[in-house]
Amino acid sequence: MSGSSSANGGAMLEVRDLTKQFVKRLDLAAKIAVKLGSNLKEEVVHAVDGVNIQIAPGEVVGLVGESGCGKSTIGRMIAGILPPTAGDIIYKGQVVSGMNEAEQKATALAIQMIFQDPMSSLNPRLRVQDIIGEAPVLHGVVDAKGVAGYVEEVMLRVGLDPEYRRRYPHQFSGGQRQRIGIARALAVNPEFLVCDEAIAALDVSIQAQVINLFMDLREDLDLTYLFISHDLSVVEHISDRVVIMYLGRVVEVANTDDIFETANHPYTKALLNEVPRLDMRGLDYQPISGEIPSPLDPPPGCHFHPRCPHATARCSEERPALREIAPGRLAACHLNDG
Amino acid sequence: MSEQPTLAVENLETHFFTKAGVAKAVDGVSFSVNRGEVMGLVGESGSGKSVTGFSIMGLVDPPGEVVGGRVLYQGQNLLDLDEEGMRKLRGNHVAMIFQDPMMTLNPVLRIDTQMIETVKAHEPKVSNDEARSRARDVLGQVGIPSPDERLKAYPHQFSGGMRQRVAIAIALINKPDLIIADEPTTALDVTIQGQILYEAQKLCRETGTALIWITHDLAVVAGLADKICVMYAGRLAEQGKLDDVLDHPVHPYTVGLLGSVPGHNTRGHRLYQIPGMTPSLLKVPPGCAFKDRCPRADGACEVLPDITEPVPGRQVRCFHPHLEGEAVE
Repeated sequence: MSGSSSANGGAMLEVRDLTKQFVKRLDLAAKIAVKLGSNLKEEVVHAVDGVNIQIAPGEVVGLVGESGCGKSTIGRMIAGILPPTAGDIIYKGQVVSGMNEAEQKATALAIQMIFQDPMSSLNPRLRVQDIIGEAPVLHGVVDAKGVAGYVEEVMLRVGLDPEYRRRYPHQFSGGQRQRIGIARALAVNPEFLVCDEAIAALDVSIQAQVINLFMDLREDLDLTYLFISHDLSVVEHISDRVVIMYLGRVVEVANTDDIFETANHPYTKALLNEVPRLDMRGLDYQPISGEIPSPLDPPPGCHFHPRCPHATARCSEERPALREIAPGRLAACHLNDG
Repeated sequence: MSEQPTLAVENLETHFFTKAGVAKAVDGVSFSVNRGEVMGLVGESGSGKSVTGFSIMGLVDPPGEVVGGRVLYQGQNLLDLDEEGMRKLRGNHVAMIFQDPMMTLNPVLRIDTQMIETVKAHEPKVSNDEARSRARDVLGQVGIPSPDERLKAYPHQFSGGMRQRVAIAIALINKPDLIIADEPTTALDVTIQGQILYEAQKLCRETGTALIWITHDLAVVAGLADKICVMYAGRLAEQGKLDDVLDHPVHPYTVGLLGSVPGHNTRGHRLYQIPGMTPSLLKVPPGCAFKDRCPRADGACEVLPDITEPVPGRQVRCFHPHLEGEAVE
């Protein structure tokens, strides 16, 4: 757990104390109200609050949590779409914000993102060949003469018929559209893919096709994934390691088998209990009570304490640190202190 | 056949007459639900599962039309009722919960106004106080904390999960005998979904309400339902008791669907994938709709198979079902 990058055993990607806050600035009316003595304040959403994750080359890490836990925000920061408020993203041992322009550009190309809704992430007015071919030409991966053949190659790789390269996104089904999104990401030869709920919008039988595609691509192209999802069954299927988040913080990190066999954190246990599964018949458990608190005003101490069946006085005062409870396993819970 | 089922749907057909042709959204679907029973109605997008729900409720709008079959609610055919008769039934004896609770809730009215209205629409003689106290009780039942205060709130002051609870409370307030729930937890977080599934099941057991839970998610149905009905391209593929269908699926589509669900036992393996995609309802292939994606299809499948009972208690529309003793891939 030391701070130097050499101690990480060559993590491909690391985020260190990554934090993102969204501030809702006061509008003119509110500013006038403040001048007149009102105590309106700027609202700050603590979307991501000091998160540390390490991902080794070739690894698939599942990032799991419910809405508002900050999982997508982390994905966007890693993919370079959102600037972090604080903390570092370290790619292949180099802090991204400390790189020179050329290195930053290379990193941005190496980390690509695949989104949940392919319809809103594909330009509806571009033909598939332009959606896939635009970036590789611009970045010099392929020259303008070779682009047609290149697009064909990428389309075949993701299981799209190159005959369809002149079609528009709306002429495809949901599963095929997601393949276009994957093809666009692959066209710039990335090393690292951030998949943000990439299969959540698809039907079950199509989901299976896309999951298989992800696994094939991993083998063929030696890719590393951060697989963001709320669906534990999918994460269990595809991931080597799982990171569980709650309200902007990591609560547990472990190998997939460990998480599903012996979850440590009460929130992880609740999640595992409540995610419907085919082999769980007849609900006879007591579901965890309460709602996810607003990230505008998260509870003090451990964010989970108002819903936790084991909470003590300490949990409402002191933030539990994420620490190693067994080799390779991290959890943030005061219960582990005995 | 000792007890009359709460709802029996027989050979229901709902077609949409569009400019591009006739879409047979529901094409000969039959099932029944008994008192206190939960039936999962499962299918992928475009399988006709929601339209089946709307057809039972008499909520199919043009260009859609229920063109055949019977919907027997406690022996009475709902398709014979006029609009006024249906209105008396809806929200009173038969209620529906939608995926988006804002389909049920009026955004500019307080919750109490909406709930009292629901009571008085069917029982005009009930006093406001009595209606309010019923509203409070039912909000408590669905797990809304401090229902007295929450009654005075507007829908936008609730979170998504709470809003869905209010919609469920409104569905429950007149103690219906049948609730049709159309993907009510799809938009919710898993811990909230867990709470709602738990409460839905408890309520059915306690009140004897029959529940039809429409979903694309087999795993949700696994924890909730007593029986399951799988639809494909507007037609019934397979129907039977939950454990039977999930543990020993018979129709090749059900087999494929169950095989493609990731989870515990699939780690490190490729998932089974059904080739191709669901046909458009305007272009359902002749004969068995699944034959182009089916590993067992042969010449016989050019003709639409009838619903048969290859295993006791199981209705299947297939010429080549996976029967006992066969290895299921």
